[in-house]
Amino acid sequence: MAQPVLAKETVDQPEAAWTPDRPIVEITDVHKAFGPVEVLKGVSLDVMKGDVVCIIGPSGSGKSTLLRCINALVDIQKGSIRVEGQEVHVPKLDKLALRKKVGMVFQQYNLFPHKTALDNVMMAPLKVLKQDRRDVEGRARELLAKVRLTGKEASYPGELSGGQQQRVAIARSLAMGPDVMLFDEVTAALDPETVKEVLVTIRQLAEEGMTCMLVTHEMGFAREIADHIYFTDHGRIVEHGPPAEFFQNAQDPRTKEFLSQIL
Amino acid sequence: MSARRRMRLDNAGTDLPVLLPGAERLADRARRDRLVGTMPRLHWTHGAVLAGLIVLWAGMAEAQTGAAEPGVFDALFRWMPLLLEGFGFNILISFMSMAIGTAVGVALGLGQISLLAPVRGSSWLVTQFFRNAPWLVLLFFVMFMMPFEFVVFGTVIPFPDWIKATIGLALPVMANVSEIVRGAVMSVPSGQWESSESLAFNRRQTLFMIILPQCIKRMIPPWMNLYAILTMATVLASIVGVSEMMTLTRRALAAEQNAFTLLVPFYGFVLLCFFAYCYPIARFTLYLERRYHVIT
Ligand SMILES: Nc1ncnc2c1ncn2[C@@H]1O[C@H](COP(=O)(O)OP(=O)(O)OP(=O)(O)O)[C@@H](O)[C@H]1O
Ligand SMILES: [Mg+2]
Repeated sequence: MAQPVLAKETVDQPEAAWTPDRPIVEITDVHKAFGPVEVLKGVSLDVMKGDVVCIIGPSGSGKSTLLRCINALVDIQKGSIRVEGQEVHVPKLDKLALRKKVGMVFQQYNLFPHKTALDNVMMAPLKVLKQDRRDVEGRARELLAKVRLTGKEASYPGELSGGQQQRVAIARSLAMGPDVMLFDEVTAALDPETVKEVLVTIRQLAEEGMTCMLVTHEMGFAREIADHIYFTDHGRIVEHGPPAEFFQNAQDPRTKEFLSQIL
Repeated sequence: MSARRRMRLDNAGTDLPVLLPGAERLADRARRDRLVGTMPRLHWTHGAVLAGLIVLWAGMAEAQTGAAEPGVFDALFRWMPLLLEGFGFNILISFMSMAIGTAVGVALGLGQISLLAPVRGSSWLVTQFFRNAPWLVLLFFVMFMMPFEFVVFGTVIPFPDWIKATIGLALPVMANVSEIVRGAVMSVPSGQWESSESLAFNRRQTLFMIILPQCIKRMIPPWMNLYAILTMATVLASIVGVSEMMTLTRRALAAEQNAFTLLVPFYGFVLLCFFAYCYPIARFTLYLERRYHVIT
């Protein structure tokens, strides 16, 4: 259907090869509206390779929408999003290349219910990237071991707990070999005991140097793991900074109010 | 898939106002009707009543006629091989209509969820048209619209009535299968589309590898229900002159001078045959529905 309409100032230019000294995700003045409702009103942020960025903010402030723009699940009206220097907001976007680079994990896990845990992890590399089955299976087993689910390979999603399903979902995303991982409130649907096992997995990923962008309500975790925290409200980033600074001396009244409610 | 696309799909509601839920029970009922169709279900008591009626009638008739005349059961047994042959013909027509209707209907159903507006729109229109037209009218239409033979490169290919009837019955089947497919695809949570898309599956791969395999189970019960309804509808072919069971029964009765005592047992036997064939299907459908939790 409708391809994103190019704003004049973001016309595609031939780009120099991306190098790690430039931001791996570069978001510039992004505007997004659903019909008449403007959900993102000029968001800009940069993420360097290996950074862990947390996005927090009240419900409906556009956090999920922002993440979805990055892997082109939704198109934007204005602005520019670059992943490894490659513009996302172009009509002839190479979606396959983009989605190989950007993995995404959802609040509701969204595992394929008719496939076992192992098949869930293997499916995309096998069917989309058309990689060799034996290699894929070996890697899928390693990934499941990495998220501490050895022994659950043959289980169907319906037989796994929420936390286990979410870890399968993380393994499934990792199987595509992404450079950036997006996490959209991945612990919001879990009960408190299982939240931890998922957070441990994410921390492990972060420590291995994976670039992560997390939307989360786990303030303690954000403070601990993030290199940078962004606070969004009504489609704008109203405050950001390193966690120590952000949590100690927030300036914006909306941020203060939000933090006082949640902490 | 963008949110806009998804919303467009959701809006393709086709339910009659009478199905609008007034209460929770009605909502459940409507959901079930949408999935399974609003046709009545067979119950075992239908068959019991039928069998009882035949025996009762035959007994009474037997008592009245006396020993000299041939009995009701004699006549029935004499004609039974022919009638059963006719029944086999009904089954054949039902198989073929179902096969054709399913093949075309699946394609039409997928057309209804196409991203191309013209494909989506025309598939929707065709589906609605044939789903909301009386089966008998469709049958007549096909009978009189189609030639009785085709000439291809000088060879005459006959096009017998029963094939035309098969096609006529395949049309409503096609439309209903189309709705079954659309309904099943829509019932899969949108998160499945989203996660597939983020894993770089394209739309076709998502549909065939992820969405449809999940809906097969959901489609089988309404599809079988449709088959049972179709089987019962095959007797409509007698009205347009196909030699199926109803037609043969009428002829048999005519050969017996339309003896009044034979009417109920003969037509009762026809009913019993259909019941014996369709009831197990209905039961099995019910079992599958419970098993797959189609209706909660
Ligand atoms: N597909 C859509 N169509 C129309 N409006 C949408 C759509 N998706 C999101 N919105 C609207 O955009 C706004 C921002 O939604 P978004 O999901 O990005 O918020 P959020 O910050 O993630 O909130 P939450 O914390 O509740 O997840 C909301 O007002 C929502 O109603
Ligand atoms: Mg959200």
